[in-house]
Amino acid sequence: MGSRASRLLREEEIEEIKKETGFSHSQITRLYSRFTSLDKGENGTLSREDFQRIPELAINPLGDRIINAFFPEGEDQVNFRGFMRTLAHFRPIEDNEKNKNPATEPLNSRTNKLLFAFRLYDLDRDDKISRDELLQVLEKVDVEQKMSIRFLH
Amino acid sequence: MLRCGYALFWLLGSVLLICVVSPVKGEAVVTREGSHLKLSESSHSNESQHGHSSNITGIPIISFKWHHVETPYLVAFWVLVSFLGKLVIEANHHVTSVIPESALLICFGFILGGMIWAADKVQTFRLTPTVFFFYLLPQVILDAGYHMPNKLFFTNLGGILVHAVIGTCWNAASLGLSLWGCQMGGAMGDLDIGLLQYLLFGSLMAAVDPVAVIAVFEQVHVNDVLFIMVFGESLLNDGVTVVLFNVFDAFVSLGGPKIDAAEIIKGIVSFFVVAFGGSLVGLVFGLLISLLTRCTKNIQIIEPGFIFVLGYLSYLTAEMLSLSAILSIVFCGMCCQKYINANMDENSVQTVRYAMKAFANGSETIIFVFLGISAIDKVIWVWNTGFILLTLLFVLVYRFIGVFFLTWILNRYRLVPLEFVDQVIMSYGGLRGAVAYGLAVMLDENKIKEKNLMVCTTLIVVYFTVILQGITMKPLVMWLKVKRAAVTEVSLLEKLTNKMFNHTLVAIEDISGQIGHNYMRSKWKYFEENWMSWILMKPSARKKQDQVFDVFHQLNLKDAMEYVTEGERRGSLEFVRNENSIIDFKKKSESESFDINNANMSNDHGAMSTTSRDPIPSVSLEMHEQIMKAVREAEAINAHHLLDQHLYKSRKQHRHRFSRSHFDINRDEKEVQEIFQRTMRNRLKSFTSAKMGVKPPKTIVKHTQKEQQQKMPNGKSMDKAKTSYSGDEGSEGDSASGYDQSYMRATYRAGAGIENPAFMPDLDPMDLLQIPPWLGESELDSSMVALSHRAQVDLPRTPSNLRRLAPLRISTRSTDSFTLENIPDTQQMDSDQLQPPPPPPRPPRDDGYV
Repeated sequence: MGSRASRLLREEEIEEIKKETGFSHSQITRLYSRFTSLDKGENGTLSREDFQRIPELAINPLGDRIINAFFPEGEDQVNFRGFMRTLAHFRPIEDNEKNKNPATEPLNSRTNKLLFAFRLYDLDRDDKISRDELLQVLEKVDVEQKMSIRFLH
Repeated sequence: MLRCGYALFWLLGSVLLICVVSPVKGEAVVTREGSHLKLSESSHSNESQHGHSSNITGIPIISFKWHHVETPYLVAFWVLVSFLGKLVIEANHHVTSVIPESALLICFGFILGGMIWAADKVQTFRLTPTVFFFYLLPQVILDAGYHMPNKLFFTNLGGILVHAVIGTCWNAASLGLSLWGCQMGGAMGDLDIGLLQYLLFGSLMAAVDPVAVIAVFEQVHVNDVLFIMVFGESLLNDGVTVVLFNVFDAFVSLGGPKIDAAEIIKGIVSFFVVAFGGSLVGLVFGLLISLLTRCTKNIQIIEPGFIFVLGYLSYLTAEMLSLSAILSIVFCGMCCQKYINANMDENSVQTVRYAMKAFANGSETIIFVFLGISAIDKVIWVWNTGFILLTLLFVLVYRFIGVFFLTWILNRYRLVPLEFVDQVIMSYGGLRGAVAYGLAVMLDENKIKEKNLMVCTTLIVVYFTVILQGITMKPLVMWLKVKRAAVTEVSLLEKLTNKMFNHTLVAIEDISGQIGHNYMRSKWKYFEENWMSWILMKPSARKKQDQVFDVFHQLNLKDAMEYVTEGERRGSLEFVRNENSIIDFKKKSESESFDINNANMSNDHGAMSTTSRDPIPSVSLEMHEQIMKAVREAEAINAHHLLDQHLYKSRKQHRHRFSRSHFDINRDEKEVQEIFQRTMRNRLKSFTSAKMGVKPPKTIVKHTQKEQQQKMPNGKSMDKAKTSYSGDEGSEGDSASGYDQSYMRATYRAGAGIENPAFMPDLDPMDLLQIPPWLGESELDSSMVALSHRAQVDLPRTPSNLRRLAPLRISTRSTDSFTLENIPDTQQMDSDQLQPPPPPPRPPRDDGYV
């Protein structure tokens, strides 16, 4: 690991992130070095451009939405905590904790994953997936437009 | 099939003929010195002399001089027979999809061996170590090294090394010790083999064989990481095998009592020397090749020859210095791939690839056929049930144990752990092959009395792994992975959601990077870019590598595709009529695609990043043509199926790229088009929406029309992007300023890139007035998602940026918005707002919008 990475990430932060997201120590440091490598401006936050610089995302049909998902409402920069929070959704489920309260569930619980996926569909964030939104995803994921219209009309 | 039937008859006939004609006296001779034969010689020398000294009574018009041509004839003949065997086997795809080709070839070898044995009562031909190690193996390994996905390999290098070194040592030690223990325990009857000999036997059995691994895994589409782990391990363990074999061989010669700490230490040291020395030799030769190709502009026709000759020399050199020859040739191939592909002419690159595949495939075929033939030899049929069965058992069991244990350790240090299923496949995929057999035959009979038993056992293990494990590998993979496959037909919504999730997962994978950016990697990249590329690559090739350039082209391509799609979608006749241009484009693209592919360098370790660099073929409007017809005929189902085959498959569904017989990397051309079409659509929409409220879309029109009428560009690989902005290195500022005219010239020479509207020399003002129907409606499209934040983010772009990139333009005729000093306000605003999203290279598009 580069010295740059460990210099900028303090132990307490790592601990906090660990508690919040459940990543292991080595994973956090690794992801931090990835974060810093993406961060061209070196200001500790990622902007949308930084994400768009990843070439694979450009060809991914849902690239834009995924990028959007990293940024909280209305903001244009995401710091490392936010970055990790979003990534934490993708950790494997550990079924040993069953909480009734969704607020206290770990970020990678089934419910939270579903919430994340829901938000990918729901672009205007009104907590509903409208038909148009569904159509848009359909187009994105490449069922050809005519066919999609044909199927849905 | 009739043809093949005849071939078979011919085969049988010829074999019998040969056996009759070449009178064999006594046993087959296994020679090592001075033998340049592929097959064991029969004792002919006296005969030929006799022939010459016979009295001539008259002038012979025609004479039958068999002995004259015997050696080359037999060689060529056996090659032919092997290839014919392969032809017969590949005739029926149903069989080959169940039983791997290697297994069938071995069986074919059995048949042939049986025939020869029946004719001669003794095995005339078999796979001799010399022939195998010097003439058959190098090509296979060179091919493996040359086509190795470097990035993937080095990413997983730690795991590969652990398995190769520690795993092989474990296999060898455990096998040897267990067998010895069993002998002591009396399980093998009255066998008397020393411990050292057991260890020697263990060491030759331990190595996973690259030839067999490729042959079997090619059928089975496993994921990249798994494949590279097994494959990399099979290549790198040669270092260990050679050392172990030689060390134990020496120990056996020395005898038990003379082994002390000094010898053991020497053994360990020799491992490092052999392994690193071999790699170093390979690297030196790789660099040599790269340097050479830099200067071979005038002899392009034999450029490919250099690679083969130097590769082979690296193998022989390492062998001469008693270093690991396989490691040498692997590293030679891996080191030079990037530079060769950059330096050489595209035809030469094609030639090299094709020839390498041909040689490797051919060698593999011959190896397997001869492995089969070698079995039918009474001399080696020494049967000891206990020994053989126990060997088999231990080989399997210890492989599993070794892999699971090592992976457990490794997983604690990996970001993405290897799953259980992968580990099972890895263990099961530890196939032994011809290398083990070759080493076994090389054993010295005087030192090891039970050599024949060992050879026999080795052969049986090889057959077991290649045939049985090969056959069951595919079902096993399918069974393990698809255990919970849905039986019912998935609904459209499910399909959609699945696809969506796939894309999401892939995107997150990309965002989070692989192992992560680290210091060493960036240092290496820096070194490689600034030093190695300078020395080893031609200047023109170096320029082509520029990342921003790549991204620029990729985006150009995407834009063009979008326009095309958009036009097509709205049913413009113009498009439909343009099929000719498409066809041309397609042909050109195939030839260009490799150049593109290969010129398209990743900034990582010279990665011939085969993983996702799909060359972009033409826009196949043919497909759309079909679709439109189908829809018009209301055959919705058919159209849907057609689409489904060609839709963009997310990476999750991708197959591994290393294939012995197919070097066409992108098998799914339509898929790539789909990527284009979709992104093109987005770009167009981003354009129109950006333009919305500023001006009617008519300025866009002209470009789309131009787009259509131009020949669609050749497949500049879209995945150039892969190479570039992975966020790892490089400042865009630097690269952008590096542009100059020669770039574009180079571009056009390579036929790369899209005819970007920005560069079109003729901006016909007449076109401004026509609005194709599809564009007229486009502004009402509601798919703003893709573009909104992009457009927002990137809209405010100053003209100064544009000016900097002005030199890129080829056309001198266009009235450039930013080459002109006084720009009318509206136009300037246009240029700004038309600024399509991401990176800096895009701005030049705007100078068309005057």
